[in-house]
Amino acid sequence: MKELTVISGKGGTGKTSILGSFATLSNKAVICDCDVDAANLHLLLKPDVQETHSFIGGVKANINLELCSKCGSCEELCRFSAIKERQVNPYACEGCGLCYGICPSGAITLNDHQSGHWYVSETQWGPMVHAKLGIAEGNSGLLVSAVRKRAREIATERDIPLIISDGPPGIGCPVISSLAGTDMALIVTEPTRSGLHDMERIIQVAATFGCQAAVCINKYDLDTENCFSIEAAASKLDVPVIGKIPYNQTLSQSLLQGTPVTLLGQNEGASAITKLWQQVTGLLGV
Amino acid sequence: MKISVASGKGGTGKTLVATSLALSLIKNNPSVQLLDCDVEEPNVHLFLDQEPINETTVSLPIPKINEDLCQHCGKCTEICRFNAITLLKDTILIFPDVCHSCSACWHFCPTGALEPSPREVGTVQISQSGKLKLITGRLNLGVHASPPVIKAVRGAIDTDTVTIIDGPPGSSCPVMAAVEETDYCILVTEPTPFGLNDLSLAVEMLKVLNVPCGVIINRDVPGNHLIDDYCQEKGLPILLRIPLDTEIARAYAKGIPLVKSSPVWTEKFIDLYQQVTQEVTK
Ligand code: SF4
Ligand code: SF4
Repeated sequence: MKELTVISGKGGTGKTSILGSFATLSNKAVICDCDVDAANLHLLLKPDVQETHSFIGGVKANINLELCSKCGSCEELCRFSAIKERQVNPYACEGCGLCYGICPSGAITLNDHQSGHWYVSETQWGPMVHAKLGIAEGNSGLLVSAVRKRAREIATERDIPLIISDGPPGIGCPVISSLAGTDMALIVTEPTRSGLHDMERIIQVAATFGCQAAVCINKYDLDTENCFSIEAAASKLDVPVIGKIPYNQTLSQSLLQGTPVTLLGQNEGASAITKLWQQVTGLLGV
Repeated sequence: MKISVASGKGGTGKTLVATSLALSLIKNNPSVQLLDCDVEEPNVHLFLDQEPINETTVSLPIPKINEDLCQHCGKCTEICRFNAITLLKDTILIFPDVCHSCSACWHFCPTGALEPSPREVGTVQISQSGKLKLITGRLNLGVHASPPVIKAVRGAIDTDTVTIIDGPPGSSCPVMAAVEETDYCILVTEPTPFGLNDLSLAVEMLKVLNVPCGVIINRDVPGNHLIDDYCQEKGLPILLRIPLDTEIARAYAKGIPLVKSSPVWTEKFIDLYQQVTQEVTK
């Protein structure tokens, strides 16, 4: 079983459009949305939800006011300023348990906290595992791990040789969770000055996981100079540029309609992504 | 006046709006501060020519072990809810990356073998050009604790000056740290089902934080009412529309702020600010 994760170092580079199109091109893959903070892939692939699971991301403190003797230690010692006037602010509480440990009256309990849901769905192109983190909830790294674990199980159960994942933006803990153990990271970037910078950082992150990395430049014809710098930087870091997608009206159309660009008939964007897909499967050997 | 700019997701034009707004406001204000709180990938500085004035580091306490005092009782590993400490036969391993700096371990170590020691997690850089002050937060590579760095950036402001905060993408803790306790939040979105999805998440988050908000539609196409309909339903004002335009995209790719590549936008951003001021005092 092989795993491909599409990442970008920054949101809005076209990761989801590319992965959504990949889903339509692969005839056998488990599709995974690891961007649990702001999951979007479902808008393209319109999955039919089969299973819903709640996700317990940790614990939150709770104060039993009847037992509380108003000593104030918890408020004073909480490093997250989560306790004010004997009330716990659940958005600030990190569930570290310090208050629970120090409370002399045993008034504080730590309760399991449901911070989101994850789903197993069917799409026209194969099974899909995705999730939704609640508003202002943390611990997305754990949720990403849960999603990927289920995707692997499904791949094994149904004998599917490939998992394709839409990764989260950034370089934080959800990205780490979505790269651990993956075979290939496809880095999507744009020919902007920040695109160059973001790509270099995310290549460094990917390198620490020892997975194969490759770059795709989206909207490459927007700026020839920046595009050239990106190619030069990638080659210096020994990462191949395996695809270039033109700035193209059909891609904007695809986003407006919420349909993968590969389903919008013959067009420049679709053929560039199809070529990219051939490169990816070639490198992965699937 | 503190205005934050957020989007629910990256790549929607947050930085375009924040830089252009700040550059427009210096026309009528003695000074303006622009905060780059996208500390994982700060990029506002790429759009401005700024002279750096100073840099400070942001540190968080993590436990340090004094092997001489440690009795290998295992209390610290038991208490740490983030698995940041492990006891191996007779040594203690501390994993700074997963430590939340909650202080529980050194608080409860019975022998005083653990004490807090500072770990650098990021930097705050201040730079100035003319009337515009830029404060940039940057998370060190391999560190994941954005909120403390964002708080440090916000702690560096002069409270009497107009402040524009370019927030991180998403709608989780880092964004909350950037937008909480601002007077108004401008949400930048695109008129696609994706944009709408992210926008509605961001609106929900702002409700939790009790920060009023309005919407800018970027890459707007005539005849598309997706965002308009949503805003009407939620009673949110549409503050500005920036059209889908290859020239704008090109200038942006080159690192030129919108109001510099087409100065006609300066007035529109000044109007936008007026509108926001009215919304805040309403
Ligand atoms: S609690 Fe203190 S004495 Fe016990 S193992 Fe941890 S550091 Fe050592
Ligand atoms: S400070 Fe908190 S999170 Fe860090 S090691 Fe100690 S108990 Fe664990």
